[in-house]
Amino acid sequence: MNQLGFPLLSLILWLPAAGALALLFVPRANAGLARQVSLATMIATFLLSLLLPLRFETNPMQMAVVGAPPVMQFVEEVPWLPIVGATYSLGIDGISLWLVMLTTFLGPIVTLSTWDSVHKDVRNFQILLLILQTAMIGVFVAQDLLLFYLFWEFTLIPMTFLIGIWGSQNRIYAARKFFLYTFAGSVLMLLALIALHILHRDAIAAVEPGFRGTFSFSQFVSDLRAGRLTLDTTTERLLFGAFFLAFAVKVPLWPFHTWLPDAHVEAPTAGSVVLAGVLLKLGGYGMIRYNLTLFPAASQWAAPALAVLAVIGIIYGAAVAFAQSDMKKLVAYSSVSHMGFVVLGIFALNAEGISGALLQMVNHGLSTSALFLMVGVLYERRHTRELAEYGGLWKVMPVFAAFSLLVALSSAGLPGLNGFVGEFTIITGAFRSPLLGWIYVAFAVGGVVLAAAYLLKLFRSVFMGDVSQPANATLPDLNRRELTAFALLSIPIVVIGVYPAFFFAGMQHSVAALVADLIAQAAGS
Amino acid sequence: MESLAIPPVDLSLIAPLLVVVTWATVLLLVDVFFIPDGRKKLTGYLAIAGLVVAGLVGLPLWGVTGTTFGGMVRLDPFALTLTWVFLLIGALSIAMSLEYLPNQGIEQGEYYPLIMFAVSGMILLAQGADLIVLFLGIETLSITLYILTGFAYPRLTSEEAAMKYLVLGAFAAGFFVYGIALIFGATGSTRLSEIGAYAAGRVLGDLNLTLLLGGAAMVLIAFAFKVALAPFHMWTPDVYEGSPTPVAAFMSVGTKGGALAALVRLLFEGLPTLNEYWLPVLAGLTALTMVVGNLGAVAQTNVKRMLAYSSIGHAGYVMLGVMVAGEQRGPEAFIFYILVYALSNLGAFAVLIALEHEGENAWRLDDFAGLYQRQPMLAVAMAIFMFSLAGVPPTAGFMAKFYALTAAWEGGLPWLALVGVLTSAIAAFFYLRVIIRMFMTEPEGEPEPALNRGLTADIVIAAVGTIGIGLIPAPVFALVERSLVALGG
Repeated sequence: MNQLGFPLLSLILWLPAAGALALLFVPRANAGLARQVSLATMIATFLLSLLLPLRFETNPMQMAVVGAPPVMQFVEEVPWLPIVGATYSLGIDGISLWLVMLTTFLGPIVTLSTWDSVHKDVRNFQILLLILQTAMIGVFVAQDLLLFYLFWEFTLIPMTFLIGIWGSQNRIYAARKFFLYTFAGSVLMLLALIALHILHRDAIAAVEPGFRGTFSFSQFVSDLRAGRLTLDTTTERLLFGAFFLAFAVKVPLWPFHTWLPDAHVEAPTAGSVVLAGVLLKLGGYGMIRYNLTLFPAASQWAAPALAVLAVIGIIYGAAVAFAQSDMKKLVAYSSVSHMGFVVLGIFALNAEGISGALLQMVNHGLSTSALFLMVGVLYERRHTRELAEYGGLWKVMPVFAAFSLLVALSSAGLPGLNGFVGEFTIITGAFRSPLLGWIYVAFAVGGVVLAAAYLLKLFRSVFMGDVSQPANATLPDLNRRELTAFALLSIPIVVIGVYPAFFFAGMQHSVAALVADLIAQAAGS
Repeated sequence: MESLAIPPVDLSLIAPLLVVVTWATVLLLVDVFFIPDGRKKLTGYLAIAGLVVAGLVGLPLWGVTGTTFGGMVRLDPFALTLTWVFLLIGALSIAMSLEYLPNQGIEQGEYYPLIMFAVSGMILLAQGADLIVLFLGIETLSITLYILTGFAYPRLTSEEAAMKYLVLGAFAAGFFVYGIALIFGATGSTRLSEIGAYAAGRVLGDLNLTLLLGGAAMVLIAFAFKVALAPFHMWTPDVYEGSPTPVAAFMSVGTKGGALAALVRLLFEGLPTLNEYWLPVLAGLTALTMVVGNLGAVAQTNVKRMLAYSSIGHAGYVMLGVMVAGEQRGPEAFIFYILVYALSNLGAFAVLIALEHEGENAWRLDDFAGLYQRQPMLAVAMAIFMFSLAGVPPTAGFMAKFYALTAAWEGGLPWLALVGVLTSAIAAFFYLRVIIRMFMTEPEGEPEPALNRGLTADIVIAAVGTIGIGLIPAPVFALVERSLVALGG
């Protein structure tokens, strides 16, 4: 079945859901127990997932073979809907490995953050968090397009409730906007995968009578590359567009970003962390996994235009972030800017760009989660997110200040920390890409400068200077749980910064294979 | 003089139908003579028992294919599966009425046999292989529904609804009969297979073919009215709003299921060679229906009317499968969709009944406010139904939508599938609104949801079915697939 001989991915996938089920038997009033069960489940999931990088073959085939489907590991396959050829098929490769790890790693941190920030209906909050965890892992590990779509859409339900029930004043508006935007964005993807299924079935049935169709990702890819299934240019571009729209809304790429600031600002801290940490990555992951792999020619065709949108997002997000006086909004818009980098890297369509984008997704997941936690810590203490309400906290909360500085610098891309590695690789990729070039890089670098500006502004107004507000003079420093969360987040922030090679090694093979195919496609067309 | 030949009659082929009709007739008398006022619920339980027995009687008939009454009635797995679905619809509708009727002060014993007669009409529609039988089925269903619609007699809206439904329904029946007459005039037969054989040999310009087309158009109009395809849908919101809620629930899924089952047969046994004429027309109607239904629902603040418009929209999605029934996947999608829609929609109506209260302002969206805090399980169940109707995974509604869209695309109607997904994005808006009211707003005090055994059973069955079929659809898919082996043969 796979290199382990037991269904590790299924365990990782369903363990959180099992935890959610167990929570149903915890009395609703017993908030403490609910939190503990949830935390234990999240930790267990993370520990289990540690097996993935440990047993992951970084170079499963010695060299990239052009035309082969992506090499999946830890594969599981069980028939699910034979009538349409859909299978319960799981697997990961270098592209999904670190994103799965990011998800499981953030799980316990998110749960820890709920101790101080969620007091209403705690048990059900934890249930939704755990279900969401399963859904998100499912998106990364599903190797069947229908299964993928199922998980993809299902993430909406728990997240909508998290925002809508536990959010702040404008939560209903934000929840509705979040749901409708992302739902509307993905309906076309459903149609596109139906179309792909039928086109593929008809093409294969012509040579193999009786073929009933499939939704298997690897089969689509291998048949596309072997020329058994050919898409004409228009069809390929339409399908590309339908998939891309769904992912672009999720990422969110400018101009599809307007749901994000609302959702972030209104969501509870844990919700923001999940949203920024993992949910946005589903979009970037989808672009690499599905858009680039299934529609290489259309990707080449669309890359310059999409990169322009990405660059606009970088500059726009950064500029708007700089203008915010609400900390959470500032961080939310910084996400638009950072995810713009990710999209830019992806559509550089070369190894540097894509690896950089993957790493940057992990980085953004870590740094932005930490930034949201930081805002959460302040909000719990002062119940305001206005920058003007703070100042001089370095003297009052020195430990917190130190961690915040680390996080802000990581997000700003200081060399030696994770953010730098990702952004630098992406910029290199964009620079070397024949499709893009220095003009894109010039603007993107402008985004880096702006990022430094708004993050330092954030840090300065909160921590530097004198304690301007008397209410701030007595704020307690981080408690044990908060300290744990920040300390945990700092580890990968530093490790990726000083030794990125380890992380690149994991994704290297898969990215190389993907790029080899993109190049072969470009040469062929 | 030749003696009149009576065609051999094989009653076993209509056994479930026979059970329902006989049981209902006997039950009418039993109710009058043996069941005292105030204990009419007993009649309801007996009616459910009758439907269950009918379902069991059908079991040994699985796999049997045959015609009887001289080819006018056909039994095949397609009809049998639909029969089971209809029996389920009937049983769930009765279960939600058990307490509703006395609460509304309209408890009359004959209500339950009437539902059974309506179910028998639906079964007849699924089994009919002759236009006369189809007409019989439609009228059995409709006439009982005219009565049931007006069942909340003292309430004016109920009478209004019954009147509207009757007048418009009579028009539709007129179209149907006139259409049959024209078709008979053209082809000399009312048997679907003979009409099909006749049409197969004709080319355009043939006067008889023109006559046949004219007749077919009339019959299609009648069907469009029954199913509430736009622009023949105008009656739906008013009638649903006015009728007793369980009747509206029953109508929303029952009429559609029965009429569309007959439409599948009519189109693919009677008029398969003419599909270049009716397909564009039906496709246009379907697109219009999806748009009108879903846009109409957006504007509603009355949940019952919202569900009425939503049922118009869903008629469009079901039609996606019906129209392409020539492909194997079309009728599969149709059966699957009807089953899933029945579960989700009956469940939603059951929740609506639990919240219903006397007075003019019943069924306001605001009645759902904060339901989650008052009755968490009820709110969760309603959320499941809403997500299912909106087609969000992992509910069965998603699988049904997926299947219908796949069928439409395969049948060569990708543009219609596109309209389908776009309108489903609109639909998400109004279903989500109910969910937001339930979970994200504070309760507004009144009315306390009143649950009882029948409603609870309904809601549990519907919710479990909706989630179960959504997660593990394979067994139902397999059943549906096997129902289709002999269709049209």
